[in-house]
Amino acid sequence: MSHDASSVNPVETAHDNEEHHPISLYLKVWGYLFILSALSYAVDYFEAQGILRWLLIIIFMMLKAGLIVTFFMHMAWERLSLAYAILVPPLILLVLVRIMIYESDYIFWTRAIFLGGEG
Amino acid sequence: MSQAIAQNAKADDVMAGMREVAEDWSADQEVFRQTNWGKVMMWIFLLSDTFIFSCFLTAYMTMRISATLPWPNAAEVFALSFGGEPIPLILIAIMTFVLISSSGTMAMAVNFGYRRDRKKTAILMVLTALFGATFVGMQAFEWSKLIIEEGVRPWGNPMGAPQFGASFFMITGFHGFHVTCGVILLLIVARKVARGDYERSGDYSAVEIAGLYWHFVDLVWVFIFAFFYLW
Repeated sequence: MSHDASSVNPVETAHDNEEHHPISLYLKVWGYLFILSALSYAVDYFEAQGILRWLLIIIFMMLKAGLIVTFFMHMAWERLSLAYAILVPPLILLVLVRIMIYESDYIFWTRAIFLGGEG
Repeated sequence: MSQAIAQNAKADDVMAGMREVAEDWSADQEVFRQTNWGKVMMWIFLLSDTFIFSCFLTAYMTMRISATLPWPNAAEVFALSFGGEPIPLILIAIMTFVLISSSGTMAMAVNFGYRRDRKKTAILMVLTALFGATFVGMQAFEWSKLIIEEGVRPWGNPMGAPQFGASFFMITGFHGFHVTCGVILLLIVARKVARGDYERSGDYSAVEIAGLYWHFVDLVWVFIFAFFYLW
């Protein structure tokens, strides 16, 4: 085990990187978030429908979430091991979503066919 | 040629990053030793909270797909008129902007905290809390309008699928509860900052940890706004 002490410098890593971001960076991200929110509201206001609507909603949502996590929550400056530990596990939720889509289709047709649309 | 060099440098970066991850996880000690422990704990709490909100949103998806009655049109249900034609979703849009603004002031508070500018940090945190309180107030207004005027109940509503009320009250209620807790947390930390509690140690990570929670609340709203109100 070559555990060189030089790679472990808690004082440096704990604070050093947060201190020096200019405020303008946050204002810029803030501006982008405003624009993206306005755009996603416009999707509803101009009543985009179908695939276009879903696509736009998802794109704007992911961009906003990405900006918040990367810059406001400082994920861009965290160690990679922390970023992976936090960002990778939620991907398993896609499996849950997939399973529940099958399940809810099944429930829908059960209701439609056997319960006459009730229940 | 220069492109090849740039590509090489990029590959080296990725390798270095991977090596760092491998070293952290195989250190035979705590993995996140180089990161402030309070921050790591908050991140892990937020990860678990992510799963809670995802379960709510997935349940909402399931109910909405399996509903045989038409789902109420959110644009109409949440429309508000200021004397004239009703404007669709306007209150929700304002709430979104309020919450994003609060995230912006919070990010700046964290920055000033690490610069040890106590006054600006405390002021920005109180401002963030005020935005948060405004958000909760607007949500209370939205809830009462929905319950009293539109007759929406957790078990039914006049507009269509009865599952609408259950998902709405559960998801926005839980989110509103998070915002309320966040406002309280922010005020507590802001008071400590203003009082100079962190001066002796010079450790302002408490501000960043409270900030992480606050940004998460905003993050959840991004998903609720997209899936519940816009979809």
